[in-house]
Amino acid sequence: MKNSSTTATPHPLEDLVRMDRIPHIWCSGCGTGSVFTSCLTAIKQSGIPYNQFAMVSGIGCSGRGAGYINIDSFHTTHGRAIPFATGIKMARPDLKVIVFSGDGDLCAIGGNHLIHAARRNMDIIVICVNNLTYGMTGGQVAATTPFKAKSSTTTLGNPDTPFNLPLLAYAAGATYVARWTMLHARDLTDAVQTAIARKGFSFIEVLSPCPVNFGRRNREKSLDTLRKYHENTIVKNGAHPSELDVDFNKGVILGTFVNVDRPTCDEVYRKMYWPAEEPKEQRKTG
Amino acid sequence: MKYWRVPLDTGEIQVTRGRVHIIEERCKGCGYCIEYCPREVLQFSRKFNKKGYHPPEVKEEECLNCHYCELLCPEFAIFSIAAEKAES
Repeated sequence: MKNSSTTATPHPLEDLVRMDRIPHIWCSGCGTGSVFTSCLTAIKQSGIPYNQFAMVSGIGCSGRGAGYINIDSFHTTHGRAIPFATGIKMARPDLKVIVFSGDGDLCAIGGNHLIHAARRNMDIIVICVNNLTYGMTGGQVAATTPFKAKSSTTTLGNPDTPFNLPLLAYAAGATYVARWTMLHARDLTDAVQTAIARKGFSFIEVLSPCPVNFGRRNREKSLDTLRKYHENTIVKNGAHPSELDVDFNKGVILGTFVNVDRPTCDEVYRKMYWPAEEPKEQRKTG
Repeated sequence: MKYWRVPLDTGEIQVTRGRVHIIEERCKGCGYCIEYCPREVLQFSRKFNKKGYHPPEVKEEECLNCHYCELLCPEFAIFSIAAEKAES
């Protein structure tokens, strides 16, 4: 048989996905599903039992991620994914808490929570799916929309400078900062795995196409965006975060930029306020 | 694959082989797997699925089981499984 299209074999990730909710809402050509797949693959390959994970999402297209994953997950109010994740982490420090959300949710409405979680070195993994626009609400200009890019509210081009998210995370004190695109799926999976294995605030920005609300207004189909990700990106690990602005004309720099160790919030808090409870914590994780 | 000189250890090298499985009804026709398959084993089929998209089909059995399509597909609609290599 040439092509087993009517396969009875289940997809390898079906144990991690709520299959009753598939097909998901993401449009044809949307990169969020690819980022989600990379994230699930990293969770699967880490070998850690699934009940040791929790996923938190905010509002937006990528915020639906928490609804599709078949582990403990939380779909929270707009911009407040990181505070909910902080709560989970402080109550159950043994869990690996992953925040899977979009740029509008994490960096615009929830920008203050992002910088303060980074400052406190909260031990969570933040995966920020950056599609350069507010996709779910109709393609309005976002804090990450590139200079001169068109959106439904800036029809002649965006007059403002976008956020440089790795610089923001680095300046606020994040201990792991990386940026990939959804096309660099293997590097992205490795980055998520590194973030799962380490302690501290990990911020991974993932560029992802939005063909319907961003690409349509800027004359690029999803495969054109992927071609840009392929040809106009430079992998430069350890680059200084100040040179990481998203400008595809001069090339977007990808890689791991920061990876340092610093005591995490829950460790320091526990040591200072509940020194007697340290052994009890050991018992809970075992 | 074409070589300018056949490597001396060609007979000894184990090449992994995979078999592509496509769950056609889930496909939304984005074409990522077709465009970015390193061995270019996929192409759009002429038929439609229930949603009205053209799912991919296997053009030639050259799959090396690299799992890149599986990682890139946003719909959990394609994956590969290691296949026994028939010829040496």
